[in-house]
Amino acid sequence: MPLLLPFAELEVGKHLYWQLGNLKIHGQVFLSSWVVIGALLALVVVGTRKLERDPQGTQNLLEFLWDYIRDLSREQIGEKAYRDWMPFIGTLFLFIFVSNWGGALVPWKLIHLPSGELGAPTADINTTIALALLVSLAYFYAGLSRKGLRYFEYYVEPTPIMLPFKIVEDFTKPLSLSFRLFGNILADELVVAVLAFLVPLIVPLPAMFLGLFTSAIQALIFATLAAYYIGEAVHEEHH
Amino acid sequence: MTSWLLLAEAGVPEGGLFDLDATLPLMAVQVVLLTFILNSLFFRPVGRAVEERESFISTSRADAKQKLAQAERLEADLKEQLKDARQQSQKLILEAEQEMDRLYRDALAAATADANASREQARREIDSQRDQAMDRLNKDADQLGDLIVTRLLAAS
Repeated sequence: MPLLLPFAELEVGKHLYWQLGNLKIHGQVFLSSWVVIGALLALVVVGTRKLERDPQGTQNLLEFLWDYIRDLSREQIGEKAYRDWMPFIGTLFLFIFVSNWGGALVPWKLIHLPSGELGAPTADINTTIALALLVSLAYFYAGLSRKGLRYFEYYVEPTPIMLPFKIVEDFTKPLSLSFRLFGNILADELVVAVLAFLVPLIVPLPAMFLGLFTSAIQALIFATLAAYYIGEAVHEEHH
Repeated sequence: MTSWLLLAEAGVPEGGLFDLDATLPLMAVQVVLLTFILNSLFFRPVGRAVEERESFISTSRADAKQKLAQAERLEADLKEQLKDARQQSQKLILEAEQEMDRLYRDALAAATADANASREQARREIDSQRDQAMDRLNKDADQLGDLIVTRLLAAS
Protein backbone atom coordinates (compact mmCIF):
# COMPACT_ATOMS: atom_id res chain seq x y z
CA MET A 1 0.00 0.00 0.00
CA PRO A 2 1.37 3.43 -0.82
CA LEU A 3 -0.56 5.04 2.03
CA LEU A 4 1.50 5.69 5.12
CA LEU A 5 -0.57 7.94 7.39
CA PRO A 6 -1.72 5.77 10.30
CA PHE A 7 -5.29 7.08 10.40
CA ALA A 8 -5.80 7.35 6.69
CA GLU A 9 -4.83 3.95 5.51
CA LEU A 10 -7.25 2.45 3.07
CA GLU A 11 -7.75 -1.25 3.04
CA VAL A 12 -10.69 -2.22 0.92
CA GLY A 13 -11.52 -5.79 0.19
CA LYS A 14 -9.02 -7.15 2.65
CA HIS A 15 -10.41 -9.39 5.28
CA LEU A 16 -9.27 -11.01 8.45
CA TYR A 17 -9.96 -14.63 7.61
CA TRP A 18 -10.90 -17.09 10.28
CA GLN A 19 -10.99 -20.74 9.40
CA LEU A 20 -14.02 -22.61 10.71
CA GLY A 21 -13.71 -26.22 9.69
CA ASN A 22 -13.29 -25.80 5.97
CA LEU A 23 -15.35 -22.61 5.93
CA LYS A 24 -13.85 -19.18 5.77
CA ILE A 25 -15.41 -16.29 7.61
CA HIS A 26 -14.60 -12.60 7.87
CA GLY A 27 -13.30 -12.16 11.39
CA GLN A 28 -13.36 -8.36 11.43
CA VAL A 29 -17.08 -8.34 10.59
CA PHE A 30 -17.86 -10.66 13.47
CA LEU A 31 -15.64 -8.76 15.89
CA SER A 32 -17.34 -5.47 15.18
CA SER A 33 -20.81 -7.07 15.08
CA TRP A 34 -20.15 -8.51 18.55
CA VAL A 35 -19.24 -5.04 19.76
CA VAL A 36 -22.49 -3.75 18.25
CA ILE A 37 -24.58 -6.58 19.71
CA GLY A 38 -22.85 -6.18 23.05
CA ALA A 39 -23.61 -2.46 23.11
CA LEU A 40 -27.24 -3.11 22.21
CA LEU A 41 -27.67 -5.81 24.83
CA ALA A 42 -25.93 -3.69 27.47
CA LEU A 43 -28.27 -0.79 26.74
CA VAL A 44 -31.32 -3.03 26.81
CA VAL A 45 -30.30 -4.84 30.00
CA VAL A 46 -29.49 -1.59 31.81
CA GLY A 47 -32.68 0.04 30.60
CA THR A 48 -35.08 -2.79 31.46
CA ARG A 49 -33.55 -3.77 34.81
CA LYS A 50 -36.19 -1.85 36.73
CA LEU A 51 -39.21 -0.98 34.62
CA GLU A 52 -41.45 1.53 36.31
CA ARG A 53 -44.69 3.24 35.56
CA ASP A 54 -42.92 6.59 35.71
CA PRO A 55 -40.04 5.95 33.33
CA GLN A 56 -36.63 7.22 34.32
CA GLY A 57 -33.29 7.55 32.56
CA THR A 58 -32.54 4.74 30.13
CA GLN A 59 -36.11 3.44 30.30
CA ASN A 60 -37.21 6.67 28.63
CA LEU A 61 -34.82 6.08 25.75
CA LEU A 62 -35.93 2.46 25.38
CA GLU A 63 -39.60 3.39 25.46
CA PHE A 64 -38.95 6.06 22.87
CA LEU A 65 -37.27 3.48 20.64
CA TRP A 66 -40.08 1.00 21.27
CA ASP A 67 -42.67 3.58 20.38
CA TYR A 68 -40.77 4.57 17.25
CA ILE A 69 -40.44 0.96 16.10
CA ARG A 70 -44.08 0.23 16.92
CA ASP A 71 -45.26 3.21 14.90
CA LEU A 72 -43.00 2.23 12.02
CA SER A 73 -44.17 -1.38 11.91
CA ARG A 74 -47.81 -0.58 12.57
CA GLU A 75 -47.85 1.94 9.77
CA GLN A 76 -46.26 -0.43 7.25
CA ILE A 77 -47.61 -3.82 8.31
CA GLY A 78 -51.02 -2.85 9.56
CA GLU A 79 -52.92 -3.13 12.81
CA LYS A 80 -53.55 -6.89 12.57
CA ALA A 81 -50.13 -8.40 12.06
CA TYR A 82 -47.64 -5.81 13.26
CA ARG A 83 -47.27 -7.33 16.73
CA ASP A 84 -45.68 -10.52 15.38
CA TRP A 85 -43.16 -8.69 13.26
CA MET A 86 -42.28 -5.76 15.45
CA PRO A 87 -39.32 -7.52 17.14
CA PHE A 88 -37.85 -8.46 13.76
CA ILE A 89 -38.26 -4.97 12.29
CA GLY A 90 -36.94 -3.44 15.52
CA THR A 91 -33.93 -5.71 15.60
CA LEU A 92 -33.11 -4.91 11.98
CA PHE A 93 -33.42 -1.20 12.67
CA LEU A 94 -31.40 -1.23 15.89
CA PHE A 95 -28.71 -3.58 14.56
CA ILE A 96 -28.21 -1.61 11.35
CA PHE A 97 -28.42 1.74 13.09
CA VAL A 98 -25.91 0.86 15.81
CA SER A 99 -23.66 -0.84 13.23
CA ASN A 100 -23.67 2.21 10.98
CA TRP A 101 -23.10 4.71 13.74
CA GLY A 102 -20.58 2.45 15.43
CA GLY A 103 -18.67 2.25 12.16
CA ALA A 104 -18.68 6.02 11.92
CA LEU A 105 -18.10 6.96 15.55
CA VAL A 106 -15.88 4.28 17.11
CA PRO A 107 -12.19 4.88 16.37
CA TRP A 108 -11.64 1.37 15.07
CA LYS A 109 -8.29 2.29 13.53
CA LEU A 110 -6.73 2.31 16.97
CA ILE A 111 -7.09 -1.48 16.99
CA HIS A 112 -4.69 -3.15 14.61
CA LEU A 113 -5.64 -6.39 13.01
CA PRO A 114 -3.21 -8.67 11.18
CA SER A 115 -5.23 -8.17 8.02
CA GLY A 116 -8.20 -6.07 7.07
CA GLU A 117 -9.66 -3.45 9.40
CA LEU A 118 -12.57 -3.11 11.74
CA GLY A 119 -15.53 -1.05 10.67
CA ALA A 120 -19.28 -1.08 10.39
CA PRO A 121 -20.46 -4.70 9.99
CA THR A 122 -22.92 -3.33 7.43
CA ALA A 123 -20.06 -2.27 5.17
CA ASP A 124 -19.54 -5.96 4.37
CA ILE A 125 -21.67 -7.42 1.60
CA ASN A 126 -22.14 -10.67 3.55
CA THR A 127 -23.92 -8.89 6.37
CA THR A 128 -26.24 -6.91 4.15
CA ILE A 129 -27.12 -9.92 2.01
CA ALA A 130 -27.78 -11.92 5.17
CA LEU A 131 -30.13 -9.22 6.41
CA ALA A 132 -31.85 -8.88 3.04
CA LEU A 133 -32.35 -12.65 2.72
CA LEU A 134 -33.80 -12.71 6.22
CA VAL A 135 -36.27 -10.07 5.08
CA SER A 136 -37.18 -12.21 2.05
CA LEU A 137 -37.71 -15.27 4.23
CA ALA A 138 -39.69 -13.15 6.66
CA TYR A 139 -42.12 -11.85 4.11
CA PHE A 140 -42.61 -15.24 2.49
CA TYR A 141 -43.20 -16.76 5.89
CA ALA A 142 -45.51 -13.93 6.89
CA GLY A 143 -47.59 -14.29 3.75
CA LEU A 144 -47.75 -18.08 3.77
CA SER A 145 -48.49 -18.40 7.47
CA ARG A 146 -51.24 -15.82 7.37
CA LYS A 147 -52.91 -16.67 4.07
CA GLY A 148 -51.64 -20.15 3.24
CA LEU A 149 -51.49 -20.82 -0.49
CA ARG A 150 -53.78 -17.88 -1.11
CA TYR A 151 -50.59 -15.87 -0.64
CA PHE A 152 -49.75 -16.60 -4.28
CA GLU A 153 -52.85 -14.73 -5.40
CA TYR A 154 -50.72 -11.71 -4.67
CA TYR A 155 -48.68 -12.55 -7.77
CA VAL A 156 -51.65 -12.25 -10.12
CA GLU A 157 -53.23 -9.22 -8.57
CA PRO A 158 -54.56 -6.97 -9.90
CA THR A 159 -54.04 -8.80 -13.24
CA PRO A 160 -52.09 -11.94 -14.24
CA ILE A 161 -49.93 -9.71 -16.44
CA MET A 162 -48.17 -8.73 -13.23
CA LEU A 163 -46.93 -12.29 -12.65
CA PRO A 164 -43.45 -11.97 -14.23
CA PHE A 165 -42.89 -8.59 -12.63
CA LYS A 166 -43.88 -9.88 -9.21
CA ILE A 167 -41.54 -12.84 -9.62
CA VAL A 168 -38.70 -10.55 -10.65
CA GLU A 169 -39.53 -8.40 -7.65
CA ASP A 170 -38.79 -11.29 -5.31
CA PHE A 171 -35.22 -11.19 -6.59
CA THR A 172 -34.82 -7.45 -6.85
CA LYS A 173 -36.10 -6.81 -3.34
CA PRO A 174 -33.21 -8.51 -1.50
CA LEU A 175 -30.78 -7.32 -4.15
CA SER A 176 -31.72 -3.69 -3.79
CA LEU A 177 -31.99 -3.90 -0.01
CA SER A 178 -28.54 -5.40 0.41
CA PHE A 179 -26.75 -3.29 -2.18
CA ARG A 180 -28.28 -0.03 -1.06
CA LEU A 181 -27.16 -0.55 2.52
CA PHE A 182 -23.77 -1.97 1.60
CA GLY A 183 -23.08 0.72 -1.00
CA ASN A 184 -24.08 3.63 1.18
CA ILE A 185 -22.12 2.56 4.20
CA LEU A 186 -19.03 1.49 2.27
CA ALA A 187 -19.12 4.65 0.15
CA ASP A 188 -19.42 6.77 3.26
CA GLU A 189 -16.43 5.05 4.85
CA LEU A 190 -14.43 5.41 1.66
CA VAL A 191 -15.27 9.09 1.24
CA VAL A 192 -14.25 9.85 4.78
CA ALA A 193 -11.09 7.77 4.41
CA VAL A 194 -10.10 9.37 1.11
CA LEU A 195 -10.75 12.88 2.43
CA ALA A 196 -8.84 12.09 5.61
CA PHE A 197 -6.02 10.74 3.46
CA LEU A 198 -5.90 13.90 1.30
CA VAL A 199 -6.54 16.50 4.03
CA PRO A 200 -6.34 15.01 7.50
CA LEU A 201 -7.80 18.03 9.32
CA ILE A 202 -11.29 19.55 9.36
CA VAL A 203 -12.15 18.86 5.73
CA PRO A 204 -13.47 15.34 6.38
CA LEU A 205 -15.77 16.63 9.13
CA PRO A 206 -18.71 17.62 6.89
CA ALA A 207 -18.46 14.27 5.14
CA MET A 208 -18.46 12.59 8.54
CA PHE A 209 -21.61 14.43 9.58
CA LEU A 210 -23.22 13.58 6.28
CA GLY A 211 -22.14 10.01 6.94
CA LEU A 212 -23.95 9.98 10.30
CA PHE A 213 -27.06 11.30 8.59
CA THR A 214 -26.84 8.71 5.80
CA SER A 215 -26.26 5.95 8.33
CA ALA A 216 -29.39 6.79 10.26
CA ILE A 217 -31.43 7.17 7.08
CA GLN A 218 -30.19 3.83 5.73
CA ALA A 219 -31.20 2.04 8.92
CA LEU A 220 -34.63 3.64 8.72
CA ILE A 221 -34.99 2.82 5.01
CA PHE A 222 -34.00 -0.80 5.50
CA ALA A 223 -36.40 -1.29 8.41
CA THR A 224 -39.22 0.56 6.67
CA LEU A 225 -38.83 -1.42 3.45
CA ALA A 226 -38.64 -4.69 5.37
CA ALA A 227 -41.84 -3.77 7.17
CA TYR A 228 -43.43 -2.68 3.91
CA TYR A 229 -42.61 -5.99 2.20
CA ILE A 230 -44.04 -7.93 5.13
CA GLY A 231 -47.09 -5.68 5.13
CA GLU A 232 -47.54 -6.28 1.40
CA ALA A 233 -47.38 -10.03 1.99
CA VAL A 234 -49.95 -10.09 4.79
CA HIS A 235 -52.22 -7.51 3.20
CA GLU A 236 -55.75 -8.81 2.65
CA GLU A 237 -57.48 -7.77 -0.51
CA HIS A 238 -61.07 -6.89 0.13
CA HIS A 239 -63.15 -8.71 -2.41
CA MET B 1 -4.70 5.46 -4.63
CA THR B 2 -5.19 2.89 -7.31
CA SER B 3 -4.43 -0.07 -5.14
CA TRP B 4 -7.83 -0.18 -3.43
CA LEU B 5 -9.60 0.28 -6.72
CA LEU B 6 -7.78 -2.74 -8.03
CA LEU B 7 -8.65 -4.65 -4.90
CA ALA B 8 -12.27 -3.76 -5.31
CA GLU B 9 -12.40 -5.43 -8.66
CA ALA B 10 -13.84 -8.84 -8.99
CA GLY B 11 -11.50 -11.65 -9.80
CA VAL B 12 -9.07 -10.91 -7.06
CA PRO B 13 -8.16 -14.40 -5.88
CA GLU B 14 -8.32 -13.71 -2.14
CA GLY B 15 -10.65 -11.14 -0.61
CA GLY B 16 -12.31 -8.36 -2.52
CA LEU B 17 -15.41 -6.33 -1.87
CA PHE B 18 -17.83 -8.99 -3.02
CA ASP B 19 -16.25 -11.87 -1.22
CA LEU B 20 -19.16 -14.06 -0.19
CA ASP B 21 -18.45 -16.88 2.21
CA ALA B 22 -19.71 -18.49 5.41
CA THR B 23 -19.93 -15.03 7.00
CA LEU B 24 -23.33 -14.68 5.34
CA PRO B 25 -25.23 -17.59 6.94
CA LEU B 26 -23.48 -17.14 10.26
CA MET B 27 -24.42 -13.46 10.32
CA ALA B 28 -28.01 -14.39 9.46
CA VAL B 29 -28.09 -16.87 12.35
CA GLN B 30 -26.59 -14.23 14.60
CA VAL B 31 -29.24 -11.68 13.65
CA VAL B 32 -32.04 -14.20 14.17
CA LEU B 33 -30.65 -15.01 17.61
CA LEU B 34 -30.41 -11.30 18.34
CA THR B 35 -34.05 -10.95 17.31
CA PHE B 36 -35.13 -13.57 19.83
CA ILE B 37 -32.91 -12.15 22.57
CA LEU B 38 -34.12 -8.59 21.98
CA ASN B 39 -37.69 -9.84 21.85
CA SER B 40 -37.44 -11.35 25.30
CA LEU B 41 -35.19 -8.66 26.83
CA PHE B 42 -36.53 -5.53 25.16
CA PHE B 43 -39.68 -5.68 23.06
CA ARG B 44 -41.82 -7.80 25.35
CA PRO B 45 -40.97 -6.22 28.73
CA VAL B 46 -41.02 -2.65 27.42
CA GLY B 47 -44.20 -3.34 25.48
CA ARG B 48 -45.78 -4.73 28.62
CA ALA B 49 -44.69 -1.69 30.63
CA VAL B 50 -46.01 0.71 28.00
CA GLU B 51 -49.30 -1.12 27.59
CA GLU B 52 -49.77 -1.42 31.35
CA ARG B 53 -49.27 2.31 31.63
CA GLU B 54 -51.68 2.94 28.78
CA SER B 55 -54.35 0.80 30.39
CA PHE B 56 -53.67 2.40 33.77
CA ILE B 57 -54.10 5.83 32.21
CA SER B 58 -57.28 4.88 30.42
CA THR B 59 -58.83 3.31 33.53
CA SER B 60 -57.81 6.31 35.60
CA ARG B 61 -59.36 8.56 33.01
CA ALA B 62 -62.56 6.56 33.02
CA ASP B 63 -62.57 6.65 36.83
CA ALA B 64 -62.03 10.38 36.88
CA LYS B 65 -64.77 10.88 34.31
CA GLN B 66 -67.16 8.80 36.37
CA LYS B 67 -66.27 10.75 39.50
CA LEU B 68 -66.72 14.01 37.67
CA ALA B 69 -70.15 12.92 36.47
CA GLN B 70 -71.05 11.91 40.00
CA ALA B 71 -69.86 15.25 41.34
CA GLU B 72 -71.89 17.05 38.72
CA ARG B 73 -74.94 15.01 39.59
CA LEU B 74 -74.46 15.77 43.29
CA GLU B 75 -74.01 19.44 42.51
CA ALA B 76 -77.24 19.54 40.53
CA ASP B 77 -78.96 17.69 43.35
CA LEU B 78 -77.69 20.11 45.94
CA LYS B 79 -78.63 23.05 43.78
CA GLU B 80 -82.13 21.67 43.51
CA GLN B 81 -82.28 21.24 47.27
CA LEU B 82 -80.96 24.73 47.79
CA LYS B 83 -83.62 26.14 45.48
CA ASP B 84 -86.30 24.23 47.35
CA ALA B 85 -85.00 25.48 50.65
CA ARG B 86 -84.95 29.05 49.36
CA GLN B 87 -88.55 28.76 48.17
CA GLN B 88 -89.53 27.21 51.49
CA SER B 89 -87.90 29.97 53.43
CA GLN B 90 -89.47 32.58 51.18
CA LYS B 91 -92.85 31.04 51.84
CA LEU B 92 -92.20 30.91 55.57
CA ILE B 93 -91.19 34.55 55.61
CA LEU B 94 -94.30 35.49 53.67
CA GLU B 95 -96.48 33.51 56.00
CA ALA B 96 -94.82 35.01 59.03
CA GLU B 97 -95.31 38.49 57.63
CA GLN B 98 -98.96 37.81 56.94
CA GLU B 99 -99.39 36.35 60.42
CA MET B 100 -97.71 39.34 61.94
CA ASP B 101 -99.90 41.66 59.94
CA ARG B 102 -102.98 39.82 61.06
CA LEU B 103 -101.89 39.86 64.69
CA TYR B 104 -101.14 43.54 64.41
CA ARG B 105 -104.54 44.24 62.94
CA ASP B 106 -106.25 42.14 65.63
CA ALA B 107 -104.34 43.86 68.38
CA LEU B 108 -105.11 47.24 66.84
CA ALA B 109 -108.80 46.41 66.57
CA ALA B 110 -108.91 45.12 70.13
CA ALA B 111 -107.10 48.19 71.41
CA THR B 112 -109.39 50.51 69.44
CA ALA B 113 -112.46 48.73 70.78
CA ASP B 114 -111.08 48.91 74.27
CA ALA B 115 -110.35 52.56 73.92
CA ASN B 116 -113.82 53.22 72.50
CA ALA B 117 -115.43 51.27 75.31
CA SER B 118 -113.58 53.15 78.01
CA ARG B 119 -114.30 56.46 76.33
CA GLU B 120 -117.96 55.57 76.14
CA GLN B 121 -117.98 54.61 79.77
CA ALA B 122 -116.20 57.75 80.72
CA ARG B 123 -118.68 59.76 78.71
CA ARG B 124 -121.57 57.98 80.39
CA GLU B 125 -120.06 58.63 83.80
CA ILE B 126 -119.53 62.26 82.96
CA ASP B 127 -123.08 62.48 81.72
CA SER B 128 -124.52 60.91 84.87
CA GLN B 129 -122.37 63.05 87.10
CA ARG B 130 -123.40 66.13 85.16
CA ASP B 131 -127.06 65.07 85.51
CA GLN B 132 -126.59 64.55 89.23
CA ALA B 133 -124.83 67.88 89.50
CA MET B 134 -127.65 69.52 87.54
CA ASP B 135 -130.21 67.85 89.74
CA ARG B 136 -128.45 69.06 92.84
CA LEU B 137 -128.09 72.51 91.38
CA ASN B 138 -131.77 72.54 90.49
CA LYS B 139 -132.62 71.30 93.96
CA ASP B 140 -130.36 73.89 95.53
CA ALA B 141 -131.85 76.56 93.27
CA ASP B 142 -135.34 75.47 94.29
CA GLN B 143 -134.42 75.53 97.97
CA LEU B 144 -132.81 78.93 97.53
CA GLY B 145 -135.88 80.14 95.68
CA ASP B 146 -138.09 78.83 98.42
CA LEU B 147 -135.88 80.40 101.03
CA ILE B 148 -135.92 83.75 99.27
CA VAL B 149 -139.67 83.56 98.91
CA THR B 150 -140.20 82.67 102.55
CA ARG B 151 -137.80 85.38 103.72
CA LEU B 152 -139.42 87.96 101.49
CA LEU B 153 -142.90 86.93 102.64
CA ALA B 154 -141.83 87.04 106.25
CA ALA B 155 -140.34 90.43 105.84
CA SER B 156 -143.40 91.98 104.25
